[in-house]
Amino acid sequence: MSETDVDAADLAVRLRAVIKTYDSGVTALGPLDLDIAKGEFVSLLGPSGCGKSTALRLIAGLAAPSAGTVDVSHRASKADGRHPIGFVFQEPTLMPWASVRDNVRLPLKLAHVTVTEAGRRIDEALAQVGLAEFADAYPRELSGGMKMRVSLARALVTDPDILLLDEPFAALDEITRFRLNNDLLELWRKLHKTVIFVTHSVFESVYLSQRVIVMTARPGRLAREFRVTTSEPRSEQFRTSAEYAAHCREVSGALAPSYSGQRGA
Amino acid sequence: MSSLQNIGRMLLPVVVLAVGLALWELVVRVNDIQPYVLPSPYVVFQTLVSDWTVLSESLGVTLLTTLEGFIAAAVGGIALALLFNQSKWLEYSLFPYAVILQVTPVIAIAPLLLIYLPQQTAVIVCAWIVGFFPVLSNTTLGLNSVDRNLAGLFQLYGASRLQTLRYLKMPAALPYILGGLRIAGGLSLIGAVVAEIAAGSAGSGSGLAFRIAESGYRLNIPRMFAALLLLSVAGIVIYGLLALGSHLVLRRWHESALGKEN
Repeated sequence: MSETDVDAADLAVRLRAVIKTYDSGVTALGPLDLDIAKGEFVSLLGPSGCGKSTALRLIAGLAAPSAGTVDVSHRASKADGRHPIGFVFQEPTLMPWASVRDNVRLPLKLAHVTVTEAGRRIDEALAQVGLAEFADAYPRELSGGMKMRVSLARALVTDPDILLLDEPFAALDEITRFRLNNDLLELWRKLHKTVIFVTHSVFESVYLSQRVIVMTARPGRLAREFRVTTSEPRSEQFRTSAEYAAHCREVSGALAPSYSGQRGA
Repeated sequence: MSSLQNIGRMLLPVVVLAVGLALWELVVRVNDIQPYVLPSPYVVFQTLVSDWTVLSESLGVTLLTTLEGFIAAAVGGIALALLFNQSKWLEYSLFPYAVILQVTPVIAIAPLLLIYLPQQTAVIVCAWIVGFFPVLSNTTLGLNSVDRNLAGLFQLYGASRLQTLRYLKMPAALPYILGGLRIAGGLSLIGAVVAEIAAGSAGSGSGLAFRIAESGYRLNIPRMFAALLLLSVAGIVIYGLLALGSHLVLRRWHESALGKEN
């Protein structure tokens, strides 16, 4: 791993010829090359089972590639409970026995951050996702959208450079999803994080990201790449604009081979 | 409607008990059955009061044995499960023997234990043998039921083994452990009683089970019933206390302890 190279190139993540083969012999991913710039908002879009979640787990270091290299830019200091990567899973993945505050506290507790410092940062993270009043609630008392916000706050509390989101809003209703989309965009504009967002929704990927990476069915490879250039900031007007519709049509076209049955998916 | 249902749930078993006792009393009185054949509930109650000094002392002995056996089962079961969780090899080596210990009837082991161990120790070991397995297997199940993504999260943030155990595996296993303890409580009492009976026939002991055996030899049937009654009540109280404790610990978050309206 050559972290300095990645930093020098102003990249947050660089994948080179990455392949992931499972013990069963199934190749889930690759070979895949991918560069993601610092501060970029990128979506990985593809049919289910195309290895996009696997790619995310490789970047997070939760799994090791079978071949190829995964380079992730690390800030010099890991001290003080700052962790370079924040991860949000498809499910909220909260500890049911802990209050919202203690769930968000987890990464800091594991890094032995002092109680007062942790308290300050937890309050800040909860305020960022609009859950300041629910700090003492338990996960079961919250709605699906609120649980996802807690999960987001927990990812933000370590002040990461890179935020990895694995279909975080897939299980939510559309109204909640739209709200969280807008909130996520606002957070991204404010905090200047690199965001890698895995989704199987064309509309969500186009709405959110600067770059949409369409992947093929298993084994996941790069099919096509789209830049979504539009005047910032995006809002509900963008969601109903002709420009948005055109982008969606284009991206859907690239995804078509995956669902027209050519690969037997 | 639901409050009426609740009252019914509480009241019906009491009504059944009262009717049962009344019938029993009636049958004994009408047929003029002697107390050494079948004592009436009233006589049993009378014996309970008049023999309270002897019986309460024996109750204390049995409860102490049960408690010691239960604590040994709880500590031993949880500790063994934690060890197994940390080392697969240890689990493979020892788990079959835990199963063997569990499936061999304790009443067959008790006489052997009484030969090799001091009597008080043997009784506690019996209580431990029957009690520890449910704790062990439930704790093992709980430790292995950790949410995969949560485990990934701990890995991502570089949690140590000890941190993962303390902040993730133990809390996740807690409902299972408490379930195991609830079973172990009743079983410890059974283990203690079995060992006491085995020890009693060897000519010593002073627990409730010993009193039952002894009263049997003396045809003191009312006292047998009184001692049996005390054992049942002890079992019910042990179960109730453990269920209450479990409810208090889990009430904030676990499905089993939440009201149905959620």
